[in-house]
Amino acid sequence: MVIHQRADDNPDRDPPEALGSAPATPALGSSLDIENVGKSFRAANGTVMQALSGFSLAVEAGEMVSLVGPSGCGKSTLLRLIAGLDSPTSGELRIGAELIAGPSADRGLIFQQPNLFPWLSVRRNIQAGLVARGVLAECRQDTEHFLRLVGLEAFADRYPHELSGGMAQRAALARALVNHPRILLLDEPLGALDQFTRMKMQDEVLRLWLARRTTMVLVTHDVDEAIYMSDRIVLLTPGPGRVERMIDVGLERPRYRNSPRFLELRTRILEMLHFTGGGAPEPTTR
Amino acid sequence: MSAGRSARYALAPTAAAAAALLAHMLIPNQQTALPTRLYPKLLIILMGSALVVALVQWAWRRSRPWVAHHAPLMAGAIALVGTWDLLTLKFAWFPLPYFPGPDMVLQGVLDDRVLLLESAYHSLTLLLTGYGIGVAAGLASGILIGWFQSLRYWATPVMKVIGPIPATAYIPLVMALFTSSFLSGAALIAMAVWFPMTMLTSSGILSVPVAYLDVARTLGAGKRFLIFRVAVPAAMPSIFLGLFMGLCAAFLTLIAAETVGVKSGLGWYLKWQQGYVEYAKVYGALLIMATFFSGLMTLLFKLRDWALGWQKGLIRW
Ligand SMILES: Nc1ncnc2c1ncn2[C@@H]1O[C@H](COP(=O)(O)OP(=O)(O)OP(=O)(O)O)[C@@H](O)[C@H]1O
Ligand SMILES: [Mg+2]
Repeated sequence: MVIHQRADDNPDRDPPEALGSAPATPALGSSLDIENVGKSFRAANGTVMQALSGFSLAVEAGEMVSLVGPSGCGKSTLLRLIAGLDSPTSGELRIGAELIAGPSADRGLIFQQPNLFPWLSVRRNIQAGLVARGVLAECRQDTEHFLRLVGLEAFADRYPHELSGGMAQRAALARALVNHPRILLLDEPLGALDQFTRMKMQDEVLRLWLARRTTMVLVTHDVDEAIYMSDRIVLLTPGPGRVERMIDVGLERPRYRNSPRFLELRTRILEMLHFTGGGAPEPTTR
Repeated sequence: MSAGRSARYALAPTAAAAAALLAHMLIPNQQTALPTRLYPKLLIILMGSALVVALVQWAWRRSRPWVAHHAPLMAGAIALVGTWDLLTLKFAWFPLPYFPGPDMVLQGVLDDRVLLLESAYHSLTLLLTGYGIGVAAGLASGILIGWFQSLRYWATPVMKVIGPIPATAYIPLVMALFTSSFLSGAALIAMAVWFPMTMLTSSGILSVPVAYLDVARTLGAGKRFLIFRVAVPAAMPSIFLGLFMGLCAAFLTLIAAETVGVKSGLGWYLKWQQGYVEYAKVYGALLIMATFFSGLMTLLFKLRDWALGWQKGLIRW
């Protein structure tokens, strides 16, 4: 795949410059296997609600996959399962050969809401993962790097209640990135950002991905974003979610948002979403 | 604010003190009280300092809002003392020995100043010892009960039964347990503080938004981090509520303990002077108690504002 060759071009020269200090172990993406996973919730009134059923997906190490699907189809549920915050009702999830048994700093999750710790300044929020893993002293430099990356240097000592929604989401992004996870799960992390910051952040995430070859699973409602970012796009059925269709993007990187092939793919996907029917297309077609 | 209006505000305390002084000197006494110079002296000092403040705010504009805010309160307080003087010493509408005027109270405080200082010191050490122990114990048990489901199962019924008993009801028990009256007093106060501290800490921990814990777990947090770096800080507003309720309970219990077993402190002094029908000294002790307690409260408020600065705009009390 083209992307992997690009990432291999500069395996170790690029990361240290780009990311300040390199972590002790080189962060490489892990492969992810989701086999026939189902997840149901018991609602307060006793009825069982099926959020996912028979969901299977294999993500290669270092791959970037986008999940696109109508609201409520179980995308966040799936990311929580991969993160290890919940366990599936049926089926198995594996990282490499290992079953996912619980959360780990190796799998970063950026939630739909920023969920910053309101009692910590922006800088200390970003450092939280380093403190949790007891590596703050070694990795202090990383904090400053990621503060700059998300453009929040000037707000490092502010508290979350002083941030705008987009700034808070950027801080949450930095907080997850500072751990250099092997798998990064992003739940519409850029949804709250304005168009320009959004495009800038897309490039930053891509740059990080190329540099660290982190495996990424990105939930998005934005078809352009999915095409611009990912190797593969997974379209989900309305809940209970399962894979409706898999699309190989296959465009060379760097990608151009106005290239004919980009636009052609965009039209194709939008048509597919349209055929899925239901009341859901609005948020995805915009 | 206009200069004229701010000047009127700033001069109000001076005027109030002058009026009180005139009333005190011109109106004949109805209560039979030993004449002292203490009260008029205090009024003159107040008048002088209020005048200085008024001049300062006239020269230094930046101080005007502060002065304008506090001057009416100050004037009101002086007027209140002046009225008290009229109702007691001057018109004797309230009779002796139960209602001495401000003059006698000041004299009483001055006479017993050494004893009062000692008493305040004893009260403070007893209060802080008991409060400290109660807060530490309450924090520990509150965190444990809030975090561990199995502990909560056993602790909830126990708390429900022994929690509502006022600590003072344990006086006989505590006096049997401890030979030292200081220790028994401290134990009583600690018990009184422990209960609200435990309740509010555990309920604070229980209501920590799960999202914060989830985020921390995906960042690689272990149990220690989850408890002490997520749950406890998130529960801080509730914990501070416990600290306040605990402090109020501690005041109550302190005075009760001092009037029963402990042979020193402000509560003991109060009871002792009441026995001698020295009401001037009773009021003196009450005044000192009031400053003492409100000082501690203010300190706790300052601590809270500092510790909970992150939720600015959320605190409503
Ligand atoms: N903890 C829970 N308890 C009960 N039901 C839940 C829970 N979490 C999710 N669900 C249900 O599972 C379904 C999928 O939810 P999920 O949050 O995964 O959707 P989503 O695809 O992320 O939607 P959106 O695009 O709007 O974020 C929903 O119908 C939701 O009501
Ligand atoms: Mg979601």
